[in-house]
Amino acid sequence: MQTTLGSPTLSAIVSFLIIVALTLVVTYWAARRTRSTREFYAAGRSINPFQNGLALAGDYMSAASFLGIAGLVALRGYDGMIYATGWLVGWPALMFLIAEPLRNLGKFTFADVVAFRLRQVPVRVAAAFGGILTLLFYVLAQMVGAGNLITLMFGLSYEWAVIIVGAVMLAYVLFGGMIATTWVQIIKAILLLFGVTLLTLLVLSRFNFSPGELYSAVAARYGQAALEPGGLVSDPVDAISLGLALMFGLLGLPHILMRFYTVPDARAARSSVLYATGFIGYFYLIIPIVGFGASALVGREIIRKVDSGGNMAAPLVAELLGGTPFLGFIAAVAFATILAVVAGLTLAGASALSHDIFTHAIRKGHATEHEQIRVARLATVVFGVVAVILGILFKGQNVAFMVGLAFAIAASGNFPALLLSIVWSRFNTAGAVWSIVTGALMAVILIVLSPTIWVDLLHHASPIFPLRNPAIVSMPVGFLVGIAASLVTREPEAEAMFHDEKLRTYLGIGAE
Amino acid sequence: MYDPPVQPGRHVLESAEFRRLVAGRWRVSLVLTALLFILYYGYIILIATNRQLVSRPVSGATTTGILIAAGVIAGAWVLTAAYVVWANRQYDPAAAELRARAEKGHG
Repeated sequence: MQTTLGSPTLSAIVSFLIIVALTLVVTYWAARRTRSTREFYAAGRSINPFQNGLALAGDYMSAASFLGIAGLVALRGYDGMIYATGWLVGWPALMFLIAEPLRNLGKFTFADVVAFRLRQVPVRVAAAFGGILTLLFYVLAQMVGAGNLITLMFGLSYEWAVIIVGAVMLAYVLFGGMIATTWVQIIKAILLLFGVTLLTLLVLSRFNFSPGELYSAVAARYGQAALEPGGLVSDPVDAISLGLALMFGLLGLPHILMRFYTVPDARAARSSVLYATGFIGYFYLIIPIVGFGASALVGREIIRKVDSGGNMAAPLVAELLGGTPFLGFIAAVAFATILAVVAGLTLAGASALSHDIFTHAIRKGHATEHEQIRVARLATVVFGVVAVILGILFKGQNVAFMVGLAFAIAASGNFPALLLSIVWSRFNTAGAVWSIVTGALMAVILIVLSPTIWVDLLHHASPIFPLRNPAIVSMPVGFLVGIAASLVTREPEAEAMFHDEKLRTYLGIGAE
Repeated sequence: MYDPPVQPGRHVLESAEFRRLVAGRWRVSLVLTALLFILYYGYIILIATNRQLVSRPVSGATTTGILIAAGVIAGAWVLTAAYVVWANRQYDPAAAELRARAEKGHG
């Protein structure tokens, strides 16, 4: 088939410009409402559960899941579906374990919760370290992905693509803070859900709206093996380790946790998780249909020729079924997706730098509103510029493992300290600091020694650590170190405050 | 900056109702988390150990594996919804009552 992918078509440019114009209008509107820290970091706690559910879904459904999972299903069949389920199962765990306490105890960042009754400076610094490390790997993967995808779809140069993403998302965050970032996420989530729904219906229309006929067509072309598990779960321990990172990593992602402060109370936080789980579950249910449709209608050979990773499966099938205008729309939606996710990551990174490091660790909680906002905006620029520079430096590098690494750090460094601080009265400052630092570093070190880096990137003969996914080791290490360090030290003030904390955790008394 | 606010609720904290509320909340959470583990890690282990079952066609080319994957996604949502229904119906009214008692400062 002939494709206009890689050349900037009129429809792609027009769709893209409409989306950017719309989001910048929203940013202008939001900027006039962003005066206090409460508005900059938490949208004035004015977001309703349905809106927050969409925004959470927007933060979570990245271009990697839209284009990546469709591509994985197109090229590797059923294995892509196994992967898709793993991306959803963190949401119920987030609900059962931390959503409501997180909302009741915190103010702007997850470090607020960990540091609630502990010594502010060491805990804030450690939590910011874990949070920023998570965000840096995450944003680096997004930036490199953005550069590659936009080059493939619009024919722009890699560097320009990264710079445009950086500039537009900086405009959102810098001027509109959390209000603009939330509405950008909502717009993006609606566009993405709408675009993928339309694509799914177009695919199914070729098969009498019967998924069974679609699967038969895939089997006829690529054999029944396309509908059976392949190599993804060849090592069950590694598969479970990946599952643990995906499930509990979500519970340590700063940009996701931050969204819980944008709603008025714990009940609203709870409802927003249910909405988010619904939107994200729906997305992962239909995205494999797009992938299978691409392999049946476009063919694996062509998909692989355009991009060996399969990332162009969804755009290619969109072009085949809806022509150039629909391809343009889908390409613009993918671009908007990247912009929104990077904006969310940047706001979370800026919050860790300004709220945790500047306001609490450096100024010990004594900074005026005016100062805090100024530092927050400065931190936004710092994080955004670093993201762009890293994106350009890592051009052409294989960064696919970095999202997995971000989830592993979040699951091993941030999540154990967060959960222990909520449920365990004896948890103290030493426990929190050691847990976060050891868990996060353990995840990084084990990934370096794993086949992913040690063999695939550094070309050693055999790995030192046998698993590709470290969470099954590094997450228990995070918990054990946190428990052990707490047990060998005493912090009577922290233990005494646990009782007051409980009234706030479970009844919401005194919650922000 | 988190100086403990003046908490009038110490009597509530030590009450049997509050302890029941907290214990009940974690019982429900942990049961649902256990079900989530069975659902998802059970699925992974099933694929790893019983490839034949997952690969069996149910109708035409559609395999049981496809239906199970869709079931895991739907099941995860159902568990989430179950928690919300429980929390809205059981937890919130009980918490609201204790909260009122704590804020009134007697009881």
